[in-house]
Amino acid sequence: MAFSITEYAKNNVLAVQEYSILSWRGLANLFSQPRYLGDIVQQMDTIGVGSLPIVVLTGFFTGAVLALQSANSLARFGELSLTGQLVSMSMVRELGPVLTGLMVAGRNASGMASELGSMKVTEQIDAMRALGTDPSRKLVTPRLTATMFMLFFLTILSDLLGLAGGSVIALLLLRLDLNQYWTSAWQTLRYADVFMGLVKPVLFGYIIATIGCYYGLSAKGGTQGVGRATTQAVVASSVLILAVDLFVTRLLMVLMGPL
Amino acid sequence: MSEAGQNSTEKAVVFESVCLRFDEQVVLDDLSFELEHGATKVLLGVAGSGKTTILKLALGLLCPDKGRIFVLGNEVTAMRETELFELRRRIGIVFQESALFDSQSVEDNVAFRLLEEKVPAEEIQRRVTEALRFVELEHTLKLFPAELSGGMRRRVAIARAIISNPEVLLYDSPTAGLDPVTSTTIIELLVKQRDVYKTSALLVTHRLQDAFTMATHYFNPEKNKMLPVPRGWDWDSKTTFLVLNEGKKVFEGDATEIANSDNQYIQEYLTL
Repeated sequence: MAFSITEYAKNNVLAVQEYSILSWRGLANLFSQPRYLGDIVQQMDTIGVGSLPIVVLTGFFTGAVLALQSANSLARFGELSLTGQLVSMSMVRELGPVLTGLMVAGRNASGMASELGSMKVTEQIDAMRALGTDPSRKLVTPRLTATMFMLFFLTILSDLLGLAGGSVIALLLLRLDLNQYWTSAWQTLRYADVFMGLVKPVLFGYIIATIGCYYGLSAKGGTQGVGRATTQAVVASSVLILAVDLFVTRLLMVLMGPL
Repeated sequence: MSEAGQNSTEKAVVFESVCLRFDEQVVLDDLSFELEHGATKVLLGVAGSGKTTILKLALGLLCPDKGRIFVLGNEVTAMRETELFELRRRIGIVFQESALFDSQSVEDNVAFRLLEEKVPAEEIQRRVTEALRFVELEHTLKLFPAELSGGMRRRVAIARAIISNPEVLLYDSPTAGLDPVTSTTIIELLVKQRDVYKTSALLVTHRLQDAFTMATHYFNPEKNKMLPVPRGWDWDSKTTFLVLNEGKKVFEGDATEIANSDNQYIQEYLTL
């Protein structure tokens, strides 16, 4: 069939429409019965507890390398003591949420897309609808709730581990005083920094779950289709996290004044 | 209001001038038929003639381009997805590939609808065992679908479909790809469901043999098996045939009428 620009545009508009409906229903389902609390807890375990190792490792090493790199620059101005401050600001405001989001996207957006995609191509989604159960309620809402909730706490953990990673470098390689490192890291943080750092994971969790579920539920074409859906889910959610991060950062800066 | 619309509450399923196309391909072309309560209609036709689509349309899983569909007095084609979930709980379906939830055990698969309805655990246990006994698979309770053979999976799918005592059952090629012995076991279950529980059913198949077995056999509860209807018996199997070709209805009638039909396509189809 010849390529038609109209068809291409129509398909894209349709995809955006379907994504919007799915992500809206995923949230709206929370406010009406039935709610699947058991599924929510199960997803929290899979997404939250299951992601702990990668989040801990990512946070720690990011904080460590950040301390190493920033110390290099700060030493040129004779301000090595500001290392704690720099690690703290960067981790809490930016790197903690974004890197945790990207890690969880890689692990869970792919997991959701492949699981739901396999269910779609083997008619299990149709079977669920035929049995009188709304897949958006049973499958999407628990994943959405669990990801938003758990990413929030995973980010806090990642921030803390990042600071810990930085402190190890500060102590062992930079020979800085630990007390000074932690005090400057703590005192530099203001309410607005923490707020910005904790709004982002909630938004990123929403992106990860809705994109993962959308690509899974729209998978077609057998196992190859499931593979394609998985890859697309990771790529789309990662890019969207980075793009949304930019806009949210700017928006919060405007709303809360210069930070 | 049309005749089909007026009669819709008296029939189990009504299709009224239904048309459907996927891109350029016509799947159903002006299809109309009715299914009486307690009756079975066998949908016959070569692969790709739109048989499975009919079942998906009846459940509201697909929406037709034109025409109206009534199931148990409800106009499926005018209902929203959220309203359809209520209606679907009164209908059972057995998918061609069984479509069991592969990460759940046989027990959880069969109990799915009851768990959704928050039925007490003891009752779920009793009804799951009963449904699995109906398909003679009580011993598979704790197994997973991947551990079952194709025929067993179909029987579990039947158990899942009948557990909530649906008013209409939709079977999508329940014997496709199975050996003759397993196929007969499954047809026997269908006959049992028809004669013991009087459930209305649409059966999609491309195996003529299954269709004729349905029409010429009855279920004997004392002997707990399916038996051929003896000659001279005044027995109405309530089983009719509908033959489709390229989305169009080419025949509708009972077993005798199809055997004596002079329609060229039917004759060719019967001798295939």
